[in-house]
Amino acid sequence: MKTYSSKLYLFVAILTSLLVSFFQDEINPYYFQIIIYIGINIILATSLNLINGFAGQFSLGHAGFMSLGAYTASLVSSTLHASSGNPVDILILPLALLLGGAVAALAGLLVGIPTLRLKGDYLAITTLGFGEIIRVVIQNLNFLGGARGFTGIPKLANFFWVFSVVSIVVFAISNLINSTYGKGFLAVRDDEIAAQAMGINTTKYKVIAFITGAFFAGIAGGLYAHFISYINPQQFSFIKSIEIVVMVIIGGMGSTVGVIIAAIVLTILPEALRGIAEYRMVIYSLMLVVIMISRPQGLFGKSFRLKELVAKFRRPPMSA
Amino acid sequence: MNILELKECCMKFGGLTAVSELNVEIGSTDLVGMIGPNGAGKTTVFNMITGIYQPTSGSVVFDRQEINDFRPYEIVAAGIARTFQNIRLFPNLTVFENVQVSLNKSLKHGFSHSILQLKNFHKEEHSVRETIMEILTIFKLEGVKDELATSLPYGDQRRVEIVRAIATKPKLLLLDEPAAGMNPTEKVDLMRLIKSVKEQFNIAILLIEHDMKVVMGICERIFVLDYGVKIAEGTPGQIKNNPKVIEAYLGEVVS
Repeated sequence: MKTYSSKLYLFVAILTSLLVSFFQDEINPYYFQIIIYIGINIILATSLNLINGFAGQFSLGHAGFMSLGAYTASLVSSTLHASSGNPVDILILPLALLLGGAVAALAGLLVGIPTLRLKGDYLAITTLGFGEIIRVVIQNLNFLGGARGFTGIPKLANFFWVFSVVSIVVFAISNLINSTYGKGFLAVRDDEIAAQAMGINTTKYKVIAFITGAFFAGIAGGLYAHFISYINPQQFSFIKSIEIVVMVIIGGMGSTVGVIIAAIVLTILPEALRGIAEYRMVIYSLMLVVIMISRPQGLFGKSFRLKELVAKFRRPPMSA
Repeated sequence: MNILELKECCMKFGGLTAVSELNVEIGSTDLVGMIGPNGAGKTTVFNMITGIYQPTSGSVVFDRQEINDFRPYEIVAAGIARTFQNIRLFPNLTVFENVQVSLNKSLKHGFSHSILQLKNFHKEEHSVRETIMEILTIFKLEGVKDELATSLPYGDQRRVEIVRAIATKPKLLLLDEPAAGMNPTEKVDLMRLIKSVKEQFNIAILLIEHDMKVVMGICERIFVLDYGVKIAEGTPGQIKNNPKVIEAYLGEVVS
């Protein structure tokens, strides 16, 4: 049965990432770095997709949640990281990531409850402001390195950790959305008043989407910090939030597959265009414009259903 | 026994009184119609019952408990379901998924179970699926279950909305202009549908309707609102000949 196999997929995915991580030193470091960034961006984009695409709440604060996770996790691991060789060392990263995620989720709750009364543009602006507040606060906290950044983070994240988390996020969010429980998110997105009238506690659903999305963003931040081993507040400015939102929109709001593909393409694209130096951002932006004009609903927009596509090829379009 | 009682309900928006001192009683298997000219406050009454508005004064008693300050989703849980004047289906969901949303409220599992999918999860999801198919089959919608709800013909969309409301297992169903925009054949089907819903599920129904053929054809009792005031109540025959109602709709007789 289809429903039983999702756990199998998860198991295989984690096992594969474990296997690959044994050979990660063989991979060209430049390519390896891009691969890790792809993984981190997939986590960020799919978790934002839960908020923006599935629950329909336009959030621009994802970089804020990411930075909270990154800083918390770095603080935890630098405090705990003793000299290597200790067998419990392997537990430091998961602990740091979970705490980072938890702090981000808490922030998601705190931001969510007051702001989710707002809709659309208003919510977007509020979350944008929230992300900036976090950045400015961190910039002024000396024990976090302030504007100089946080240095000396143990380089603990590897292929295994990043892609295990990717698998878990994709697993969790697809299971959630395909369940009867998760249909509540889609109902809130499609018509809030009708959702209420069908017995959905819309506020609860919105807050849950925010908390879950923030939690995974926090973990992504933790992974990022433990991969590059140096973070500073500038890396988590609203430009980063926009970058993630672009992935969600290009991929198609509410399509996990689309968002994953967009995260991959949009991470590789700027790197692949490095050959043409100063024109690369122009071409990158141009491609975004072209995609938006030709497919405003995103590559795999929410109206994208494989069945319909197949049916369209089978029979000629109906005349009204 | 009365399933719903409105006692002296008032709804004021600033200086405007949309509904004033309304008293209504609905028995547990009644089929009651609410009519009145445009702007009489009919939909406001619905919004008061379903928790979208809180009555300024008076009380709404459902199933022997006061539900004045219940949130809309709590009112659904208590057993009131509704449809909307302008169809409000979930546009990006299929017919099946639209009904699935209604079963959300009675789920035993929550957030973590739907991610981890432990043993009981599959059992429950399976029974949810069966329930949906059962309901869809009763209303002969099983053939279109995978179509986007909004891609159906108008009459069918209305039907899906009623099915979706029924799926919340209500004791009282509120229908806001179910026949609006329907052609005569669809209206006949709708009347049959409403009657069969009432008999099959043994529930009370309160409907707002402008189409007199529909109202007079199916309602056992009708009350008439005009400027937020109940001006008449009775059987279709009594309402038809009530001078106050005729005046509200057609104006005063010039002598």
